[in-house]
Amino acid sequence: MTRSTLVMLALAAGMFALAPWMINAAPNEATMGLVYKIYFFHMPSAWMFMVAAIASGIASARFLFLKRPSADGWALAAGELAVLFGAFTLVTGPLWARKAWGVWWVWDARLTSSLMLFMIFVAYLLLRKYGGPGSDKLGAGMALFGMANVPFIYVSVNYWRTFHPLTSVVPTLPVEMGIPLWYCVTAFTLLFIVLLRMRARLEHQRARVEALYLLEDES
Amino acid sequence: MMRAFFRVAWIVVKKDLTIEVRSLEILSTTIFFAVTVVLMFSFGLVVDGRPLNDVAAAILWVAIAFSGTLALGRTFERERHNDTLRALLLAPADRPALYVGKLAGILLLLALVELVLVPLVGLLFAAPIFVHGFHLVALLAGGTIGFTAVGTLFAAMLVRARSRDVLLPIMLYPMTVPVMIAGVRGTAALFQPTPDLAVAQFWIGLLGFFDVVFVTLALWTFDPVMTD
Repeated sequence: MTRSTLVMLALAAGMFALAPWMINAAPNEATMGLVYKIYFFHMPSAWMFMVAAIASGIASARFLFLKRPSADGWALAAGELAVLFGAFTLVTGPLWARKAWGVWWVWDARLTSSLMLFMIFVAYLLLRKYGGPGSDKLGAGMALFGMANVPFIYVSVNYWRTFHPLTSVVPTLPVEMGIPLWYCVTAFTLLFIVLLRMRARLEHQRARVEALYLLEDES
Repeated sequence: MMRAFFRVAWIVVKKDLTIEVRSLEILSTTIFFAVTVVLMFSFGLVVDGRPLNDVAAAILWVAIAFSGTLALGRTFERERHNDTLRALLLAPADRPALYVGKLAGILLLLALVELVLVPLVGLLFAAPIFVHGFHLVALLAGGTIGFTAVGTLFAAMLVRARSRDVLLPIMLYPMTVPVMIAGVRGTAALFQPTPDLAVAQFWIGLLGFFDVVFVTLALWTFDPVMTD
């Protein structure tokens, strides 16, 4: 682990340890009371889910078209994080929905498209794990298609149904709610970068060991 | 340049058609499979002898997706058998032209399947398939091209992969969700007692856009992903 990763990890850990106090200090919302506070973890993880998906798509494009071997490690790391943060988003969302809407799941545009994007990245990981030799390129093609598909999924599902609170809620939040929210976004971003760097580094080292083994076999 | 491209594509189509015409293996099995899918879903979705709302459109598109997956898998299994895909890739031809040839062959196959499937659904569910025939054909064409464009690329990529049979639908279905939604909603709008043409046209437009983006992307990625 590099020193900068270690510093970021310590910082992220410290921020997450303090997060409950920050969230507790935020005022209760008028209609939903305490329940809305899951939003402080839900929204940052949803954002990281999107960032991870886009990062994986871009890294895959670099791997495929520019033939950068190291980009594959980044794509895989980002793909795994997309599944991780996606799972987190899809667990915290229904927990809130149960209290706010009275049901665990609604076929709302944002929920459904998040679920579909999550499915695409689960399929990506399954392909990487069980595809056998050459699955790095197949995975790259899939992640690239997945990224290109996001607007289509969103538009089609949006036209099909809509319930979710609008995104425009964020800039209108009162300051006492806004501070813990941005605090949590920062903590999640740090966590995302730390995990991405560690996982990509691991993958690069694995690729190097594999290359060394191949060299050893040849000699 | 352009002529050579389409000539290669046409040769691939002709090759696939010649093989298929001799045995009719993929066509006959896929059509029969599509018919069984329609029946299986009918038993689940017809209550007291009456189909649920919009069920005809849903069953039609699920059957297209399932039989499309089967046709894609079988077509490339054939190429895998004697490692003929490698021979195709070794040929001094544009890689994207090979993709277009494969895509056209599978599209033709699925068009024939739909020629049986659509009248069957119309018959079993009293769906007005001829009232706005042009819109229905546009939806079917747009949806099938979108589904097959992604599917042909994925099936080709998976030829050398392990567990390809299960990986193809796993990768293909989440990716073609927009096609399914557009196809089902558009067709359902046409099958209503008073057809909603504006809705159908919106979905036809979305499908057209999807097709353009994904055919372009597939042409673009086919070469790098198929290179060893």
